[in-house]
Amino acid sequence: MTDFLSSSHLLSIDDLSLDEMNGIFRTADSFLDLSSRTVKKVPSLRGKTLVNLFYEPSTRTRTSFEIAAKRLSADVINITTSQSSVVKGESLLDTVRTIEALGADGVVIRHPSSGVPEWISRRVGCHVINAGDGLREHPTQALLDLYTILKRKGRFTGLRVAIVGDILHSRVARSNIRALTRMGVDVRLVGPPTLIPRDMSGWKVNVAHDLREGIKGCDVVMALRLQLERATASFIPSLSEYARLYGISPAVLRFASPDVLVLHPGPINRGIEIQDEEAFHSHSGILDQVHYGVGIRMAVLYLLMAGQ
Amino acid sequence: MDRSDRERSFFLRDVRLLDPATGVDMIGDLRVEQGRVKEFGTIPPPGPSIPVLEGEGCVVTPGLVDVHAHFREPGFDYKETIGTGSRAAVSGGYTTVCVMANTDPVNDHPEVTLGMINKAREIGLCRVFPIGAVSLGLKGETLTEMGALSRAGCVGFSDDGLPVKTSRLLRRALEYAALFGRPVIDHCEDRDLSDGGVMNEGWVSTDLGLRGIPSASEEVIVARDLEILKSTRGRLHVAHLSTAGGVRLVRDAKKRHLHVTAETCPHYFSLTDEAVRCHHADAKMNPPLRTEEDRLAIIEGLKDGTIDMIATDHAPHAPFEKEREFDQAPFGIIGLETSLGLGLELVSRGALDLSMLLYLMSVRPSRVFGLPRGEIRPGGLADLMVFDPRQTTVAGVPRFRSRSRNSPFSGQKLPGKVRMTFVEGKKVFDDREEDQEA
Repeated sequence: MTDFLSSSHLLSIDDLSLDEMNGIFRTADSFLDLSSRTVKKVPSLRGKTLVNLFYEPSTRTRTSFEIAAKRLSADVINITTSQSSVVKGESLLDTVRTIEALGADGVVIRHPSSGVPEWISRRVGCHVINAGDGLREHPTQALLDLYTILKRKGRFTGLRVAIVGDILHSRVARSNIRALTRMGVDVRLVGPPTLIPRDMSGWKVNVAHDLREGIKGCDVVMALRLQLERATASFIPSLSEYARLYGISPAVLRFASPDVLVLHPGPINRGIEIQDEEAFHSHSGILDQVHYGVGIRMAVLYLLMAGQ
Repeated sequence: MDRSDRERSFFLRDVRLLDPATGVDMIGDLRVEQGRVKEFGTIPPPGPSIPVLEGEGCVVTPGLVDVHAHFREPGFDYKETIGTGSRAAVSGGYTTVCVMANTDPVNDHPEVTLGMINKAREIGLCRVFPIGAVSLGLKGETLTEMGALSRAGCVGFSDDGLPVKTSRLLRRALEYAALFGRPVIDHCEDRDLSDGGVMNEGWVSTDLGLRGIPSASEEVIVARDLEILKSTRGRLHVAHLSTAGGVRLVRDAKKRHLHVTAETCPHYFSLTDEAVRCHHADAKMNPPLRTEEDRLAIIEGLKDGTIDMIATDHAPHAPFEKEREFDQAPFGIIGLETSLGLGLELVSRGALDLSMLLYLMSVRPSRVFGLPRGEIRPGGLADLMVFDPRQTTVAGVPRFRSRSRNSPFSGQKLPGKVRMTFVEGKKVFDDREEDQEA
């Protein structure tokens, strides 16, 4: 089918070459064909064990990985550990020992601290897949976002993509910026100065603080989830002011390209990042993102783990 | 001569004698008797009762003086003790070390001070001088009894690890500590501005998705402290300067003749925040490693005298504390065993000359804090370091003498090798004997 991945882990979107990303997209195509059949399973990962290790609450990503793994016939173990037990002193080394003891072939990890998947990968003998670490990376989210863009737009070159919202605290933004700029996309970051990193000298991006100006002529508008506690920490004065200045609404979308595609990694704070979604239903790619997410994660698991 | 006098006497042959304070820089021999320099230069060989040590072209200098270390005792013996810290110090060429007050219990009471001093005497390696807390329990509320603490042996006051919490408390501390001629040492950080940051705020923190500590976090407290200092008769010592802006503020204050001194640490002139990428929590300290621009400004500050001295901020932490999530790991790295080598690296790159480096690591800190120091002059105290500039040391190999090993320099080859260290003429470190032990 396609070449397996050269790295044994997926920690950062930068672990993948452009060819490998395209390989993942092609593999996702064929897995998604499968999902329209009555028997949705393939035996590719039969006998392999995947551990979903989540240190942060997540329904969407965890379920997506779980469905993906099960459709590949892998055995899946879900471990959800609350953040509080980390604070109480359960050490990451204990985690490493747990993974080894379970005899996992792969571990999907989500953690509130940046760099943890990489840290774990240096200490375990199995594949490590980053399902979101702190503010740093969420590579499968970026892959599924790019895949959605590719399906709807048919290309990357020449596209203009605006990422709107809390760039500073967003791993989704970081992974997407890395992936999109490498694909030759013109990336614009839009948000209040308090939520844009001060030093972005290593990224080829443009910044706008005015939403209308920022999304002008954009083919894709990607709204980020706003953590509601940002208001209490004075990053923004209030949610309503944020919604007024940076909420994506039908009125604002008139400034973008006529066939603009709107994405959001979910879960959405309706009325804040996204307003009157029904009114621009045909422009929304949000449900596609969820659907494609399973195919992308099947492709990633398959290309990482089936090769041995 | 009784036994202890004999232990404190020796004849060191064929060395380069270098003392930036006395201006001595010559090749010759050195004779120490009863803990004091007797004579040096071209001198006759000693009688049979005095042991002769072969210097073999090494450099003899005043022992190094560190005004900023954490020996963690009492309370955190698993990180370091006065014993292991002293051993680390003498193996790094240090003969005098000041230890910070953030122990458990905090050094805010004379009994804690005396406990530290007595323990250090028992160990009998380097001289240890405690720094007392500015506020009870480091809470930033009530001044400690600085009079009693000074009498017990505290040579300065600091809430290090934390800044002096409020402007009012700093003002009182500067005024009150002046009564005993002691400086107030401030860890300059606006913690509100740091806002839970774990490394320097810049491109690397953006890229790694780690919360940043802006340079302004240091600069605003340096500025605050200097403005408050202006209206007091106190003495302010700025701990571990890390930013170009901090250096600029101190330089301007010195032009205005304020009573301010400042230190930096070897990591701030050796590394930048890029080191976080590969050394992880072993490159995590507070203030954090900054940018190349800051690093160069620190070196400039050392050259032009804005920064008075190089301190280690030796901050041991156990492996289990450092080997974890970067944002959860504690701040701090060990430094006593790598400082000389990192300083010598500056010398080998031409940024400083050797005499200036020793001035920054021994003469100036001892003067500012009124601490004993070796002097190469007849009658001078024989607190001396002997190092071989032609050899190199691999940091942490085969092991650090510190109880901890949290250093971004582990495994790095550094210029120079400490051969022997003497405190009042007594040999407290000899690398060859150590090698046999190992």
